[in-house]
Amino acid sequence: MSASSAFVIDVTGITKRFGDKTVVNAIDLQVPRGEIFGFLGPNGSGKTTFIRMLCGLLTPDGGSGTCLGYDVLTQQAAIKRHVGYMTQRFSYYEDLSIRENLDFIARIYDISDRRAAVQRSLERLGLAQRSHQLAGELSGGWKQRLALAASLIHEPQLLLLDEPTAGVDPKARRDFWDEIHQLAADGLTVLITTHYMDEAERCHRLAYLAYGNLLTRGTLEEVLITARLTTWTVTGPGLRELAAALRRQPGVEQVVAFGNTLHVSGRDAALLDTAIAAVRDPQHEWTRVRSGLEDVFISLMDTAKDNFA
Amino acid sequence: MHRFTFHRFWAIVLKEFIQMKRDRVTFAMMVGIPLMQLMLFGFAINSDPKHLPTAIRAADQGPFARTLVAAMRHSDYFTLIRETDSEVETQRLLQLGEVQFVVNIPEDFSRRLLRGERPAVLLEADATDPSAAGPALNALRAISTTVFDRDLIGPLAQLRVPAGPVDFRIHAHYNPENITQYNIVPGLMGVVLTMTMVIITALAITRERERGTMENLLATPVRPFEVMSGKILPYIMVGYVQVTLILLAAHFIFNVPMIGSLPLLYGVALFFIAANLAMGITFSTLAKNQLQAVQMAFFFFLPSILLSGFMFPFRGMPEWAQWIGTCLPLTHFLRIVRGILLKGNGPFEIAPELWPLLLFLTVAMSIGVKRYRQTLD
Repeated sequence: MSASSAFVIDVTGITKRFGDKTVVNAIDLQVPRGEIFGFLGPNGSGKTTFIRMLCGLLTPDGGSGTCLGYDVLTQQAAIKRHVGYMTQRFSYYEDLSIRENLDFIARIYDISDRRAAVQRSLERLGLAQRSHQLAGELSGGWKQRLALAASLIHEPQLLLLDEPTAGVDPKARRDFWDEIHQLAADGLTVLITTHYMDEAERCHRLAYLAYGNLLTRGTLEEVLITARLTTWTVTGPGLRELAAALRRQPGVEQVVAFGNTLHVSGRDAALLDTAIAAVRDPQHEWTRVRSGLEDVFISLMDTAKDNFA
Repeated sequence: MHRFTFHRFWAIVLKEFIQMKRDRVTFAMMVGIPLMQLMLFGFAINSDPKHLPTAIRAADQGPFARTLVAAMRHSDYFTLIRETDSEVETQRLLQLGEVQFVVNIPEDFSRRLLRGERPAVLLEADATDPSAAGPALNALRAISTTVFDRDLIGPLAQLRVPAGPVDFRIHAHYNPENITQYNIVPGLMGVVLTMTMVIITALAITRERERGTMENLLATPVRPFEVMSGKILPYIMVGYVQVTLILLAAHFIFNVPMIGSLPLLYGVALFFIAANLAMGITFSTLAKNQLQAVQMAFFFFLPSILLSGFMFPFRGMPEWAQWIGTCLPLTHFLRIVRGILLKGNGPFEIAPELWPLLLFLTVAMSIGVKRYRQTLD
């Protein structure tokens, strides 16, 4: 890593356009070493495109910066050697066995003592017993383990994970995250995209991307505080009618049902109080709660839509 | 940093071999198509059909009429299946397609022949397919000039056909017996390679994109040229297996003469195989999925098989068709293969057909590589 940057990822103004559509719009991002950085945002928000620019698959149309100290515009070959990238869709060879897949990747990276490296990788991820099974016959969880093993075989310094846990059961997801935390503790930097809020909460820091714009970033606490969102919960009878009444009030931005409670949120606390007072009655119990990450992100997304229109 | 490295190239080659081994359908296609085409074209097609069903309506049973009928019987071209004296019946036979020819011998044939009146024999042919009737008609013409020579002796000798002012002697080189297989089987080598090589490479690369494995590959340090050459090498070897299969069949089953140098043929085949693989790569960069890749391959395959001179004589086509044919690599490869095997051509003789092949290879390869690079960004 060059001395000019203390960050593993250090980019400013990164922009990518496809035709006349700006998919990634002037994003600045700094990620220090050993951190797990969560990237969130709705589908089509530019997360995958941004990751592809970081790992040298796409050349940015604008902006500059470094990844592992290498220039993202000119030194893509060097970046590819030191970055591990796990694509959104399983993208190893289904007609090759687990061992053959790992062996192939190890050859591509010209790893010294290839056999030992493949064996180590198989054992570390608990794939040794299945090494001769074809990748296409594996379940979602095992495919994901294989993809992780393959993207780590050349001992990268940065791991880019694009929705790695989509379609994976909760137990396998938890194991996966334990593994990621272990790797980060050993000094690996991880950038991960996800739609799961519980996963977002396991990241050291978060960023939220919508329509190519970076809307917020920071630790979980920072994201929640800067959103300045007020949330109330309400329980009682006739919640559906109540929800309909609330949605007509000014200042009420979200009304979401969670089982037998409604979550009511708005960015203007005073306006929200007035709105609630208008529909309040003794049958219902109102409680002020801390806004959840999901409430914050949905609020962010609605604002982004407004800006976009 | 951007150099071609052997270990990455070799990684791709090994992977392709494993995949080829696992993909039974493609593997069957590589071996099955040459065998099937050899069977179909080698055994089934004959441009010099013989033993054509013929009916005779002989009103005269004299010695000369019998001589004529016997001569036709002896020639390989006619098989007399019916003798009749009804004109209605002969017309019906032609109409139903039960006979290809009807020979009508008039009643005073022998008598008029002896009088030197040159009696007419009417040969009616079902000429819906000109190529089926043509060789037989030529054979009959040859028969008619000499058939009566043995009967016309002594004083009758003056009735023999007088020799023309010029004695034309025909010497059919390279394939004097006019055996279709000598032309078809070497040509099949080019047809089989065109068919399988283009489709297989187009599929191999499109499949990587369709399954998403290409993205993964591109995220590694592997260079586009390493991917391409690593994918091509295994298929060049498949191409050579096909060439060998066809040469073995040509020699042991069809007894096709092999006069020229086989090493030369193997050497030239490399350029032809590579030209088709390059075409496949170009298609793979245009196709969105494997189905489209196969469809595009057919757009290339059809003109190749029809306009190259494999199916029909090249010089018989109108000029525009010959121009299209000249642009196709198969046209030149056919001439090279036939030239080496049947005529014993050496490097000097095949040079005029080799450079268009090299030109095609260069153009197809540069379009393929250029388009392949564009798919990255």
